[in-house]
Amino acid sequence: MKKIYFKTESLKNTIFSYCPGCGHGIIHRLVAESIDELNIRETTIGIAPVGCAVFAYDYWNFDVTEAPHGRPPAVATGIKRCCPDKIVFTYQGDGDLAAIGTAEIVHAANRGENITVFFINNANYGMTGGQMAPTTVLGQKTTTTPFGRNSSRDGYPLKICELLSSLEGVCYLERVSVTSPKNVLAAKRAIKKAFQNQILKKGFSLVEILSQCPTDWGKTPMDSIKWIDEVLSKTFPLGVYKECAKK
Amino acid sequence: MQMKKVKIDSDRCKGCQLCINVCPKGCLKLSNTVNAAGFQYAIYENESKCTSCGFCFLVCPDVAIEVSRKAKPRVEE
Amino acid sequence: MGSNKILMKGNIALCEGAIAAGCDAYFGYPITPQNEVPAYMSGKMVQLDRVFVQAESEISAINMVFGAAVCGKRAMTSSSSPGISLKQEGISYLCACELPCLIVNVQRGGPGLGNIAGSQADYFQATKGGGHGDYRMIVLAPYSVREMYEFANISFQLSEKYRNPVMILTDGIIGQMMEPVSIEDNKREPITRSSTDGWCLGGCLGREPRSIKSLFMTEGVLEKHNYHLKNKYDLIKKNEVRYEEYLTEDAAIVVIAYGISARIAKSAVRKLREDGIKAGFIRPITLWPFPYDKISEVSSCVKKILVAEMNLGQMVEDVRLAVNGKCPVEFIGHPGGGLFTDTEIKEKLASMF
Repeated sequence: MKKIYFKTESLKNTIFSYCPGCGHGIIHRLVAESIDELNIRETTIGIAPVGCAVFAYDYWNFDVTEAPHGRPPAVATGIKRCCPDKIVFTYQGDGDLAAIGTAEIVHAANRGENITVFFINNANYGMTGGQMAPTTVLGQKTTTTPFGRNSSRDGYPLKICELLSSLEGVCYLERVSVTSPKNVLAAKRAIKKAFQNQILKKGFSLVEILSQCPTDWGKTPMDSIKWIDEVLSKTFPLGVYKECAKK
Repeated sequence: MQMKKVKIDSDRCKGCQLCINVCPKGCLKLSNTVNAAGFQYAIYENESKCTSCGFCFLVCPDVAIEVSRKAKPRVEE
Repeated sequence: MGSNKILMKGNIALCEGAIAAGCDAYFGYPITPQNEVPAYMSGKMVQLDRVFVQAESEISAINMVFGAAVCGKRAMTSSSSPGISLKQEGISYLCACELPCLIVNVQRGGPGLGNIAGSQADYFQATKGGGHGDYRMIVLAPYSVREMYEFANISFQLSEKYRNPVMILTDGIIGQMMEPVSIEDNKREPITRSSTDGWCLGGCLGREPRSIKSLFMTEGVLEKHNYHLKNKYDLIKKNEVRYEEYLTEDAAIVVIAYGISARIAKSAVRKLREDGIKAGFIRPITLWPFPYDKISEVSSCVKKILVAEMNLGQMVEDVRLAVNGKCPVEFIGHPGGGLFTDTEIKEKLASMF
């Protein structure tokens, strides 16, 4: 018997504090596995967001710093410019990246910072109890859209991959999900490629991952992944949004 | 010593059932008892049907599952 | 030694001082009256193969400083009052995470957009914690172009020694004025660096992984962290108070001022002495830690104290705390970018006799 699927070195033994069925745990694992497969654990600096994943440094077995809400791309810029030989990535939710930190992500992308960004889109603010996020879809009920998101009152879902795809500084953009073994493997390929791009100094890479938030969605884990496949991914279609051959 | 193809860490498992649902051979089910955190957890049965496909590992949000296979190389990634 | 003096603007002296002190990275955003700083750094830092980034906002600039400090580099940012307001979030995180860096505030008139004239209206913001939470920041107030040059080095050293941000609180006048500065003076404090290897991030090669954080959710842990910070602040208060005193020994009245106001107040005192009037002068150089003990000691020997500031009365509150009723404390001020003349301070002092 040979172990073929197991916990990788870049994950500590600490049990995740996430809710049952939450997508963060899967994505944490994919990030950790990619780092180990690329043999970059000892040169990587991760940046944890404000939100549920702030505790990522308790789970990842490499150097991690916190950043103020929305500011990870600026912190990553400071680190990468000073230490260009390190592998620097941010891990950000939709409130962090697409609301309070919109300026930071747009300008880090536009400068073509040679960093990797993982954007976890679960269509609401998870840690604070499920408020409307910029990525909440029309009609979706949250604690601050009790009648469903209404475009005339609340605007429209913000499509980050589509938005950033027009920027010259951007190298690679892909949107994935983790709702099935097939999608998880595709997400892994995208995450790994986003790191490889940085190693090859290709520039700014962002992977948007549609992720389930069963607790705040008021759905079972099974219904949550079904909702991503049937509803969320209609507003946010999966696929590659930009891929440059630069350098 | 007998090693199973699928090993579940019942302390890590939170009983989300994603693995139970994804298993193509029906080798997983929910326990009747709870773990230290108060969750029912996934248990492995019907090993003879298991193909070590790894689907359960791939969808597990808590890295609670390990999968082994009889002396064949890993299929993917 | 030859007096190899160069005529230099305060803001440029600050840049030269920071570069000489080994500043690895500068991050900034345009705002008057500190625009010379990013403009000068954008040339010099790049020529020296060091890091310069013009950020998309003051918020981003302070967070880039955070990133550079996380990996143990000497990093700085500069701005002026409204921009410093935007940096307060970052400053709170830097203090919480115990990250060294230099932040320069070339103050202008406020509140709001105010004006672009020199001012001292950000004393409270700088010394009392402009951001959230229980923290302190070392604040140095230069009063000459020469000190703009020197304090960059001192600030980096203090920030690394205590793993705490340091602010240079200056103003549009000192930033813009030109004076001859000697930049090869061997009397200057030597440039040293504290090692950051013991705590900085740079990949976990050969050691256990580290994290830098300010979130402490477990009951009692944040309180413990706050006490850890307090112990450090107490040490800074004990070790790092800096001030200048001038003719206080036999003075009947002492004027207390910092920065550009101190320059003018000192001139007023000199003129009063020429008239045979026993005036003295104290200039806090560190606004935090504040020279409470020195002012307390002096207040028991003088008749009155005057505080001169270019605001509506901010440092005067610290002076009154130090004096604690031992003598009357009067205030003369100019808000909104107004500037003193030495005659004005001289007449005020004379009227107090």
